[in-house]
Amino acid sequence: MPYQQIKFYQAGSFVVGNRLLDPERRTVQADGERSNTLTSGHRACQGCGEALGARYALDAAMRATAGKLIATNATGCLEVFSTPYPESSWQLPWIHSLFGNAPAVATGVAAALKAKGRTDVRVVGQGGDGGTVDIGFGCLSGMFERNDDVLFICYDNEAYMNTGVQRSGATPPAARTSTTQPVGDEPGNVFGQGKSAPLIAMAHEIPYVATATVADLRDIEHKVQHAMELRGARYVHILVTCPLGWGCASADSIKVARLAMETGLFPVFEAERGEVTSVLKIRRRAPVEEYLKLQRRYAHLFGKEPRSEVIARLQERADRNIRRFGLVDEDTVEEPGGVSAQESESVGSAVDEESNATRLLEERH
Amino acid sequence: MEGSQAVAATVAMCRPEVICAYPISPQTHIVEGLSAIVKRGDLAPCEFINVESEFAAMSVAIGASATGARTYTATASQGLLYMAEALYNAAGLGLPIVMTVANRAIGAPINIWNDHSDSMSQRDSGWIQLYAESNQEALDVHIQAYRLAEQLSLPVMVCMDGFILTHAYERVDLPEQEQVDAFLPPFEPRQVLDPDDPVTIGAMVGPEAFTEVRYLMHARQMQALDAIPHIAEDFERSFGRPSGGLLRTYRADDAETVIVALGSVLGTIEEVIDDLRDEGASIGAMAVRCFRPWPIDEIREALGRAKRVVVLERAFAVGVGGIVGQNVRLALSGLPVAIHDVVAGLGGRPITKRSLHRLFSEALADELDPARLTFLDLDHERVERELRRMQDVERSGPHAASFLRDVGGAGARPR
Repeated sequence: MPYQQIKFYQAGSFVVGNRLLDPERRTVQADGERSNTLTSGHRACQGCGEALGARYALDAAMRATAGKLIATNATGCLEVFSTPYPESSWQLPWIHSLFGNAPAVATGVAAALKAKGRTDVRVVGQGGDGGTVDIGFGCLSGMFERNDDVLFICYDNEAYMNTGVQRSGATPPAARTSTTQPVGDEPGNVFGQGKSAPLIAMAHEIPYVATATVADLRDIEHKVQHAMELRGARYVHILVTCPLGWGCASADSIKVARLAMETGLFPVFEAERGEVTSVLKIRRRAPVEEYLKLQRRYAHLFGKEPRSEVIARLQERADRNIRRFGLVDEDTVEEPGGVSAQESESVGSAVDEESNATRLLEERH
Repeated sequence: MEGSQAVAATVAMCRPEVICAYPISPQTHIVEGLSAIVKRGDLAPCEFINVESEFAAMSVAIGASATGARTYTATASQGLLYMAEALYNAAGLGLPIVMTVANRAIGAPINIWNDHSDSMSQRDSGWIQLYAESNQEALDVHIQAYRLAEQLSLPVMVCMDGFILTHAYERVDLPEQEQVDAFLPPFEPRQVLDPDDPVTIGAMVGPEAFTEVRYLMHARQMQALDAIPHIAEDFERSFGRPSGGLLRTYRADDAETVIVALGSVLGTIEEVIDDLRDEGASIGAMAVRCFRPWPIDEIREALGRAKRVVVLERAFAVGVGGIVGQNVRLALSGLPVAIHDVVAGLGGRPITKRSLHRLFSEALADELDPARLTFLDLDHERVERELRRMQDVERSGPHAASFLRDVGGAGARPR
């Protein structure tokens, strides 16, 4: 009798196959009743990480609030591709006001709801990295400091993509943007600049801060759901791939985001009231080259004359994150070139896999 | 009582549900008053939010108003400019926010005292602009402003002279809560963020429809020209005193010369007019109470029979001249009326009866040049000296330092 072997892990990742889980532990997206908050028909590019991240984050928030959710949106790709007049992809009440005020507009919405006694309705503010860490930062900090009952989600694609890939305060060093060209003595974005919005958010000692990437969508869902269980100011910072701005293949959108995490360049963690409470461990530690090489924004590091000293500096940044957040446990890490996830799924019995799945989930959440 | 406290008490009677505030003189006493009222529990339900900037104040107001809450904030001067982007947005979104502007000058040089440069700079923002002549009128107009804003779904700015009104202690008739409740029905928003009926507010509009959307915004603001007089009449019926409206004339029906102004200076102007009338002059005044939308027909009607019009403004457009004056010219185009632009009272300089008497006498004697912008009480000698210095010295430095040297004040040093 022919049979199909059930794969425990998805290719190249440690994401647990949904169908092996109890229904209540399955993803929001696997739910036929999911809200499709950002529904199809929008104008995002192929492989857009922001569209993916927003869809998962907001569907999770919608489920957590039983559909009683209002969103405010900063100007940017997400706003532009989702609402070309007279169409809208939003299946929830949604307002776009300005580039720099989405957190304050969210505060206003929350205040109105509180005054009207509608605290069952919740508020999510959202924006890209420009609208969050740069032009909207004053309003964001004010919202945090007052501990307004708002979850703000930053979809960080590390530059101003909507206006044509200009540098933002979230652009990493060495990255080429249209305002940090790969020319001169220090090609790309300079070292020694930029900021970590999640760490600054933590400094406000707000109830919840988390980072995530579109490589681990279940993680996004979990963190957003947890955020919605809390009251007060909450911040989720999601790294979202931009194939256009980063110069990577649309098909590699998830892979690149995963490598950002696995190299340590983008630490994935949770914090409550200013203290880190959990980190997503790196199980297969990747060298930064693996991440950089997939993106044309770093192509100038790998030309005829490779800039190994720049790559080494980026590796230092990754290593520092790994040390600082404790991203690697020596007993769980698989050295690069070691046993791959795909290979590992062929070994071990079904029983082991089941318990492994549970362990993995507990480890993460 | 103090103007600001009276405004605070009246705004509270309008039952705003969300108030956001960022401190800037001379608006501070209003929101301080409201903060205390909310904190005492005398205004409930109401959320009072201390925000981190005026930009945030207007943004919080936008979010609250879009969620169906009656919303209030107040600002002045630099604060109004700092929220400029959000002002246009609130107007474009058609959100009936009411805001007090305690009129104050704009720097540089920094100056905290009264003129109209702040609100005049936002005349094209899409907000309705009402100007109060007295504290009593300021109170009354705030109540009317909410009715107007919510009727048209447009934001309204109530402009009152900073310090001159906000910090003046005057006897006022505070309305009764029942009167205000009867006059001002609960807010029924035209659009609201509601999970039961999700709408997208603030979508992108391209060239195919932007003109139409902006036209509709203009048409809606023009409806205020009909709504404002009706609301003022209704107010007079309910509260027993006239207040608000588009404009008000004083001894102007038969006047050859009419003085046009906005705000608190009208009181002084009227006293000077009384004196000049006693001397036999044919002179009157017109108060512009609604500057946006511009009541062009009503103003043509009110001024059309005059021989000359003197527009006295507490602001001007640098490089052009009068702002209100240009609007008056538009209203009187084609009519044989001489129109004089006079800039007065900038940055808190007192507009005295004596200066006005001299100015109006010159106008009556046709000694004012209609082609030239007149600055009341300008120290010509000092300005000429500084202009010469600028011509002679390449790096002539900031005017303020030069003036200080000129008068031998603090920081003066030998050249």
